[in-house]
Amino acid sequence: MSEGALQHHFTDLEQQREASTLGMWVFIAQEVLFFGGLFTAYTVYRHQYPDAFSAGSHHLSWRIGFANTLVLIASSLTMALAVWSAAVGKKRRVVGFILATILLGSVFLGVKYFEYREKIAPCLGDGPHAGCLVPGERFDASAVHLEGAEGGHVQIFFSLYFGMTGLHALHMIVGIPILATIAFMAGRGHFSPEYHTPVELVGLYWHFVDIIWIFLFPLLYLIGAH
Amino acid sequence: MSALAPGSRPTHPRGHVVSWRVYVAVFLALCVLTVVTVVATGYDFGPLNLIVALAVAITKASLVVLFFMHARYSPKLTGLVIASSIAFFVILVFLTLTDYVSRSWPLTTGG
Repeated sequence: MSEGALQHHFTDLEQQREASTLGMWVFIAQEVLFFGGLFTAYTVYRHQYPDAFSAGSHHLSWRIGFANTLVLIASSLTMALAVWSAAVGKKRRVVGFILATILLGSVFLGVKYFEYREKIAPCLGDGPHAGCLVPGERFDASAVHLEGAEGGHVQIFFSLYFGMTGLHALHMIVGIPILATIAFMAGRGHFSPEYHTPVELVGLYWHFVDIIWIFLFPLLYLIGAH
Repeated sequence: MSALAPGSRPTHPRGHVVSWRVYVAVFLALCVLTVVTVVATGYDFGPLNLIVALAVAITKASLVVLFFMHARYSPKLTGLVIASSIAFFVILVFLTLTDYVSRSWPLTTGG
């Protein structure tokens, strides 16, 4: 309930909400630079090896990436509607929309699991590693239509693919239990139109993760004309 | 006056609440732009390919920040944090590139 939600060092709930929201935005600014290192590495290597990046990108399924993008955008919509429901005091809808967000996020991660498995499974075991796309000595350059690019440079593309999508997926794996906690609190009646800052803050986090994917999809899946 | 200072209350004491239809409209716009970015790969704009892809992605990200993340209705201080995060990201990428593009490549032989 909103009674007792005000911490003693704030003047009122509004000031407390603004301070919490600002803190979350500062965290997100830090996250931008956290991912920024990977985006910088991507820029440098794509600039140097455009053919290898195009070859690697063509090996990813843009259809799966496209479908997963829509799933993640839909999860951002349900998240925004959860925050909206909290702001207008529709408590049961808050729980429903957060659970929908968790479900859509899980679908995204499930699709990602199958994408990874297709690339990683051939690398395991002793046999020939045909189709292995994990960078390293088992990497199978013949699985990629190189079209003039060098296999070693395509490995750089796949290093960045696993690094960037992996860090993105890790953020979602962290976000889902936080969403579940907030849904549990909402179900227990912790939030009201006057006080629902935790719902807003987890919403900011989830939307930020969505934005990262909005850039990853064209940069990894859609290089060059298809 | 700081946005956090007591006394400087916004007109909406619980934050700005817009209609849920706004979120559905933004979602539909994001879906359309996702289709646009895929359809655009069917055409070859030459060096502009990357520019087109980034322009669509930046438009989508702006929609998310402004509406889903409520930046449009947030205090100016929030805008300052967003603007500075973008500014430092641009510095990170472009200052790094000034070094890389001015060096001979590859940095080591072989691949």
